Parts: sequence; structure tokens; C-alpha cells
Amino acid sequence: MLRTFRIGGIHPPENKLSAGKKITALAIPKQVIIPLGQHIGAPAVAIVKKGDQVKVGTLLAKAGGFVSANIHSSVSGKVNKIDNALDASGYRRPAIYIDVEGDEWEDSIDRSETLVKDCSLSAKEIVDKIATAGIVGLGGATFPTQVKLTPPPGNKAEIVIINAVECEPYLTSDHSLMMEKGEQILVGVSLLMKAVNVNKAIIGIENNKPDAIAHLQKLAVNFNGIEIMPLKVQYPQGGEKQLIDAVIRRQVKSGALPISAGAVVQNVGTAYAVYEAVQKNKPLFERVVTVTGKAVTSPSNLLVRIGTPIQALIDAAGGLPENTGKIIGGGPMMGKALVSADVPVTKGSSGVLILNKEESIRKPMHDCIRCAKCVDVCPMGLNPAFLMRSTVFENWETAEKDYITDCIECGSCSYTCPANRPLLDYIRMGKGKVMGIIRARKS
Amino acid sequence: MENKLYVSPSPHIHGGDSISKNMYGVLIALVPAFLVSLYFFGLGALIVTIISIVSCLAFEYLIQKFLMKKEPTLCDGSALLTGVLLAFNLPSNLPAWIIIIGALAAIGIGKMSFGGLGNNIFNPALVGRVFLLISFPAQMTTWPVVDALNVFPMTYTDATTGATVLSLMNEGVLDKLPSISNMLVGNMGGSLGEVSAIALILGLLYMLWKKIITWHIPISILVTVFVFTGIMHLVNPVQYASPFVHLLSGGLMLGAIFMATDYVTSPMSKNGMLVYGVGIGILTTVIRLFGSYPEGMSFAILIMNAFTPLINSYIKPKHFGGK
Amino acid sequence: MILIAVISLGVIGAVGALFLYAASKKFEVYEDPRIAQVQEVLPGANCGGCGFPGCAGFAGACVKADTLDGLLCPVGGASVMDKVATILGKEAGNAEPMIAVVRCNGTCSARPRTNQYDGAQSCAIASTLYGGETGCSFGCLGYGDCVKVCNFDAIHVNPETGLAEVDEDKCTSCGACVKACPKSIIELRKKGPKSRRIYVSCVNKDKGAIARKACSNACIGCGKCEKECPFEAITVTNNLAYIDYTKCRLCRKCVAVCPTGAIHELNFPPKKEATTEAKASAAKPAPVEKAQEAKETVAPQQEMIKEKIN
Repeated sequence: MLRTFRIGGIHPPENKLSAGKKITALAIPKQVIIPLGQHIGAPAVAIVKKGDQVKVGTLLAKAGGFVSANIHSSVSGKVNKIDNALDASGYRRPAIYIDVEGDEWEDSIDRSETLVKDCSLSAKEIVDKIATAGIVGLGGATFPTQVKLTPPPGNKAEIVIINAVECEPYLTSDHSLMMEKGEQILVGVSLLMKAVNVNKAIIGIENNKPDAIAHLQKLAVNFNGIEIMPLKVQYPQGGEKQLIDAVIRRQVKSGALPISAGAVVQNVGTAYAVYEAVQKNKPLFERVVTVTGKAVTSPSNLLVRIGTPIQALIDAAGGLPENTGKIIGGGPMMGKALVSADVPVTKGSSGVLILNKEESIRKPMHDCIRCAKCVDVCPMGLNPAFLMRSTVFENWETAEKDYITDCIECGSCSYTCPANRPLLDYIRMGKGKVMGIIRARKS
Repeated sequence: MENKLYVSPSPHIHGGDSISKNMYGVLIALVPAFLVSLYFFGLGALIVTIISIVSCLAFEYLIQKFLMKKEPTLCDGSALLTGVLLAFNLPSNLPAWIIIIGALAAIGIGKMSFGGLGNNIFNPALVGRVFLLISFPAQMTTWPVVDALNVFPMTYTDATTGATVLSLMNEGVLDKLPSISNMLVGNMGGSLGEVSAIALILGLLYMLWKKIITWHIPISILVTVFVFTGIMHLVNPVQYASPFVHLLSGGLMLGAIFMATDYVTSPMSKNGMLVYGVGIGILTTVIRLFGSYPEGMSFAILIMNAFTPLINSYIKPKHFGGK
Repeated sequence: MILIAVISLGVIGAVGALFLYAASKKFEVYEDPRIAQVQEVLPGANCGGCGFPGCAGFAGACVKADTLDGLLCPVGGASVMDKVATILGKEAGNAEPMIAVVRCNGTCSARPRTNQYDGAQSCAIASTLYGGETGCSFGCLGYGDCVKVCNFDAIHVNPETGLAEVDEDKCTSCGACVKACPKSIIELRKKGPKSRRIYVSCVNKDKGAIARKACSNACIGCGKCEKECPFEAITVTNNLAYIDYTKCRLCRKCVAVCPTGAIHELNFPPKKEATTEAKASAAKPAPVEKAQEAKETVAPQQEMIKEKIN
């Protein structure tokens, strides 16, 4: 029996259309727009100004706080302006516009393909290098990696868990990365183990990627303490708490950090970025993005510079199909619907998914029939129907008592609901409200 | 007009499940029991079912259209299901006008007065049945005799009538009970949909396979009744029938599998479902063994329906990271 | 027999009466009888618009307060406050009547849609998700969170414009909609003499060009009104003009200079036939009152000239 998490879960059609496609580098666009807020936490503070010449890898903006991340240039050229740019959510937020001239890299970056396995740096030095390179969680949550690698006092990491489940339907960027950069990823995992001073790491991969499992298992023989664990396909296994439960059978308590269960969870893409940052001095300025959709001519996995407009990615995959209803940044379950294809790729963009009109439009909602299917699928063991009701009636106390703040916004409830109720829409809002109330109470 | 993108919060895909799919799933699960009732009760079963369905649909349409002034939702299958379940709870020789009154009670009082599907507290079909049982006790408790030799009997209201297993038990005449095999197949008196345990269990398996319901409610009811009546049988085998007879007689199977599992009126958490099921089991047995009514299933379900909101607010699903 | 019953019952009754009397004396809570009197004249809507928990709370506050300054029942208005003042023997406060104002004029025609929202119909949910269906991420979303919270049926979303509109006669300025609006578009402003008021009907803080592109009725922060205003009532911050209603004297000069018609005047009499009233599309024509016009600080002719220049 393959392991998976023990509460709830769904299995949406996988639709991994771009599986097995080689990673291809996308041409550098004429202009990139690099937002200053690409991560959870404070936006970075720009240190370049209009007219500055930058190279690939030049630091553009410094972390604006403890929970924040550096941002580097993904192209060489001239800073056109620092202005507000439309972001994925239709708001205008500060970004750096760079006009591309050539492709000149910072000299410190090692551009060779050779694998550098050994590392003589101390744990602290590794974490510092990761922070300098501006690495954030590449699974989509974009939490600054160095913060996660610095456990709060009193907590001790016991194991590194690498999230390679890629449980979102359609997305294959991690899968393709594992197939092509397996050794680099394993070196990255070793570095992460060193950074948090543990000698055991488990890479959790869902069983729908047997080639990646076999490939990494073969390579892992040469690495100490790294185990590959095939997992049963179940969404949302990529959720941090769900993955910990699936891999080491420990459930993180409500409100606690994963480190309280002794686990440090990192995405497989992050592990690769860590390898490049520490061994190759390469800051995070490009990433693999899946461009996919049932009507897309050639679903593909593209290596894209941060700041490239989404439109360029869509063009590379055969253009925007007719009858497009929705462009989603990320996967269909947790991704964000974009207001336009002009928004740039950011560090957290794991995919671009194009849905047709029929798939996009929600069906009309009915009254709740209390079938409890949402309760069955909720991976956090909540009652989504009641949480929605509490939110609609602004019954915040009840919502808090029913653990609304534990919701991981995976969307399994809305996906399942036979009455097409927008459960997560309301719960997400209620969660925000309740968290605000809790914060206000504490201060 | 240019092509405008849709924007909505995640998730952006839906599993495709719908209320009507579930309702029609239950209806499919009821087909075997219906075929058995046709076999044994013949024309009567067909007429009762058709009258019940048509009047339920009609009342649903009329009430939604003219009283609630909203778009009628006949296609979701819920009124259809109520109609079938109500018919299954009636004797196959019941006069048409009583069935129509029952349908009005089921849809009008049981469902629409609370605001329609999803808002009712009590199972509508059971409200209809109990309403009829109390209003027309004579008609509701005379069942036509099943004649196994006469396949698809062409009689309706003038069939010869006889006692059911439960009324025999209630009168303490244990030696006249039909054999277990006859009870499994459904060769006995009773309401038209409740007689054949095998057909009903077939429906249960179908619903479990299609994930329309979970095992918790039916199994907890059946186990509770079995254990409770088993203990009583061991204490006094002369007065109390064997637990197998109890399991196979009356509306227990139909109730446990199709009535108690009604989404709207049953608890949402797994533990809540078990409490609910055990409650129904105990109440049914108490009414059957010590009450004046021979059958307690419908009352037990209605009583536990009333407890459902309480169960929902006290018994929460198992929380991640909790004990 | 009867006698015993009568006596025993009488004794029980007497004991009970004594007990109740003692209890009522012992646990008596003194309440100023005027609180009940004040509550009598209050509307009893318990809307909370006064800032106190319900009408009883407001009545208590009125009785306790030394003066009635700053205390106003927004529902009852001045007449109710006068009654309260007579009961308490105090001077009625001078709190001005207020009204909710929706500061967005991005009608469907002025503000073209760039995408289509398909989530739960709630402004709060849509606004946490994204900027909105148009290029303007500040404007009214039109899903009616304000309508849902209004206890007085005083605010509605106009299906033609897609905007929330306040019913002046029903609005009690309780402020529920102000709190409910996630975009902070609705503001409580001075109702003004004869309900005449001037306000900037836009909250867009984008730069002029972007704001204009998103909505033809947007304030572009050009600052013309700021320069024009003789009372320094207008300030432009973050590309957005704001009229301080405590300083505004309703001269309407700003209305005339605004290039996009973002400044609205309400309930003013039409100046003359030639007036380009179309700009302030929301303004309702009121009967011409010559006397009122003469009182205004600026002669209408002067305004006319400015508008023609513009």
C-alpha cells in the first residue's frame, strides 16, 4: 500500500498533457517587468534607478524585511523605469521595467554544465547564500526559503522532506525538472540537509510519475541519507501538512509550524534553485513553467526568465486558442485567474493553464443539501459547509472555534460540492476576517 | 466585442457532481426493490408508485411556481425520489386519494414549508407516511397477501389482505412467521418497497460503489438493531423473535438504506452518523418490542432527524492534527 | 376544609409577597427614569448609527452627557434631538445631519469591462481576489455588500450603471454601508443645506493617464479644482482630489473646472438652459430658487463664463 495523507483528499483528472516534454528555454523578450513583491512578506526595496545598466543576475532590489527576498535581474540591459505594473490580481504594484540589450551575465555566475557535488560551506554560509540568491518556495507559495531554513528557537529539524508530488492537475514543471536535473536536485537536497543539520531526507513523489521515481531512485544511491518515497496519487498531497502526514505519519497541530513535527519541507524546484545558488552562484532569475491546456497546440515545459510576459509563453506554446475562457497562473485547483496575458512571470509561476469557456464558467449554485461530501474530502478535517455558513452570517466566533484558520485553501470542497456552492470563496474571506480578529486580539 | 477573460477565485475546475446525479443514483438503486414489488404486488404497486410520483411532482411544481414564486426545480430529481420513497412505504392497495394526501403532506409540509430542498428538518417521504399512518390507520395497516404463484397480480384495491411479520410479532404469534429465505426474497406482506431485503441490499451496494452514501448510517442501524434484538431474544426467545427476523422484517432495511441516509436530514460527520444510526436502531427496537405500534422505523428516523442539528453542532469531523 | 385551604394559600401568598418585596429592595438597580423617557422618543431602530449599542445605549449616553453636542440620532434627526433636549432640559446639540455618499461614477459606459467575474457575488470576496472587472481597481464592484447590510432599504445597485446609489430620503447615515464597502468608496458627508452637496465622485489613486484610460469619469488628479477653490477645501493627494466638507461653501467653482466631471453637485437648481448639466449626470434637477442662488458666494454668470472657456 502506497502512503498518502490520512484525512480527506480528492483525485481530479490528472490531465498531465505536457508530461515527458523536454524543458526548452524560451527566447528572451524585448522588455521584462520584474515586480518587487514576488514573495510572501514585505516587498523588496529597489536599489537601481532609471537608466542604470544591469546584467543577468544583478541585484535589483533588496529584501525589505525578515520575511522578504532579494530580487535579481533576469536579463541584461537598461532600467527603463520603476513604475506600477498590473499584477496577476489586476492591482497595480511597483515593478522594475528593463529594456533588454544582449544577454550578458554577471561574472560570478558559473555557467558551465558540470555538476559540482562537493560543498565545503557551513550551514550558516549555505543559508546566507540562499538568502542572497533570493530563493523562495517555488511550489507556488513563494515563502522565502532562508526563513524556513532558520527554525525558531526551541525547534529542531529532524528530517528534510522534498515536495515532488506535483499534485495539481496539468502541471509538469517539477516532473520535467526531475527527469533532466536529477543529480543537481539531489545535490540541492544534500545542501538543504546540511543547512538544517539533519542526515535524512525523503523525496515524496506521486505514483503517477514512475519514470521520475525510477530515475531519482537510481541516482539517490550515490547520496547519503536521501530516500525516494512513491506516494498514492491524491490531491492536495503537495500541502505542507498533508505531505508531512503522508511521509512521516505525523500531524502538525492546529496553528503550529511544520518544524514542530521536526520536518522542513521544500519544493523540488527550490532544491534545484538551491543547488544553482550555492554551487553555481546563480541567483533565482529563471524557472520552469508549464504552459498547458486542452486546446493548447503544444503543451510544453519552458525555462523562462522572470519578468517575461505570460503572452510570450502562450505564443511559444502555439498561441492563445480560440474560445479561451480563462488564463490561470498556476494549476487549476489553487492557481490564480489572470485578468490579462500581459502580466509577467514571477518566481511563483509554476504554470500557465488555459481553459476554454465551457470549463471556465461556474454552474449555478443551489442550496446546501448537507450531503457532507465536502466534509469527506476536506484534508484538514473541517466542515466546509458550516464554515461557509458561519462566514455568510458573519458568525466569526463559531468560525474560529471550527478551525477556519486551518483551511489550506486547497479547493477540494468547492471541487466536490454537488450543489456547486462556492465554499472556498467564502471560507477564504472568513479565514482572512478571523485571522484579522485574532491579530487584533493579540496586540 | 473582444473576448473577455473570466476571473474567479480558485478552484477553477469542478468534479462534475451534481444534486440531480445523486438523486438519480438513489433512484437507480431503488430499481431492484421496485421490480420485486412489481413481481409480488403487481398492478397495485405500479399504480401506487405512479400516483405518488405524479402527485409529488405536481405539488412540488405548483408550490414552487405559485407559492414560492421561483423557478421550479423538478429536474433535480428530489421530488421524484420523494415520490418513489413515499410509494415504497405504502401498502399496494391504498386508495388513490389517500396517496395524494400523503404526497401533499410530504412535499407541502415536509419539504416546502421549510424552504425547499436542503432546508427541511424531516425526511419528506416519512412525513408523508407518518401523516397517513396516523390519519388513516386502518387503510395503512392492511396489506394485500402476497401470492407467490400469481406473478404480477392484476388486482389493485380489492386484493385479499393479511397480516405482516411485524404485526404477527406484536401479537406474540411467533410460530406463524414466514421462513428466512422467503423474507430475504420478499415473499411476505408489507409496504410495497420494503419486502425484499436482497433487492434493498443490492441498492445499498450500488450506492456505496457510486459513493452516493457511506456505510456509516445503514450499517450502524442494522448492527444496533441486530445486537439489541439479539440480546432480547437470548433473554426470552418465546416472547422476542430472533434478530434475523427483525433485520429482515418491516421497513428496517428500506429505512436504514434509503430513508435514514437522506442527505438533508442526516448528520455530516462520520461520528455523528454513527451516533445517529445507533439512535435510530435503539429507538426502532424499543418501539417494536415495547411499543403499541408494530413498526418503529419511521418514527425512529423522524425523531433522530430532529436531533440531527444538535449532532451536527456537537460532533465535529475528526480534525487534522487533533486527537 | 375550605377555610384551611384559603388560609394556607393566603399564607403562602403572603410569604411569597414578602420574599419578592425583600428581593426587589435588595437587588434594586436604580435606573434614571429619564432614560426610559428618552428611549420613548427615539426611533427604536437600534441601527447603531449613533455609535452606541442600540437606542437604549444612546439614551443612556444622552442622560449622562453634560451637553448634547456631538450626540445625534441619525435616523430621527434634529426633530428627535429637540425632543430629547426638552426631556433632559439641555440644549440640543449642533451635530449636522449626514448622509452616505457613494464616491464612484464609473458607470458601465464610462468604465469598460476588461474581464468577467464569475465567483461568489460578494464585494468582499471579489476584492480580496483581485482589482475588479474593469481597469479601475478602486471603483465600485457592484455586488451589493452595502445593499445587504442596509437596514433601511436606502442603498441599491442600479443595474444600468452597475453602481450603488443612495436613496436620500431613506438614508439615516448609520454608516453600516461605509463599514461594509471593501473598497472604502462610501463616505458619510454633511448632508448640506437643502441636501445640496459637492463631492469628488471617484477614489481612483492611479496616475491620471491610467485612471482616465480605465474610466472616463475618473478623477485624474490634475489639481485644477484645488487651484480654483477659494476656501482651500480641496486637496489632491495620490492623484486624487478630496473636498473637505467642513470647509466647502458650495460655490461650485470646482465643478465647472473639472475636466472629467468627477466632481458632482447634488440638488442644486439648474443654472440656466445652456448649463452643461450633463457633466454632473447624477445631479437631480431641483426647482429654480432665485433667492437661494443669490445667496451663493459666486454669481452664476461667472460660472457660466468659466464653463464656456473650459
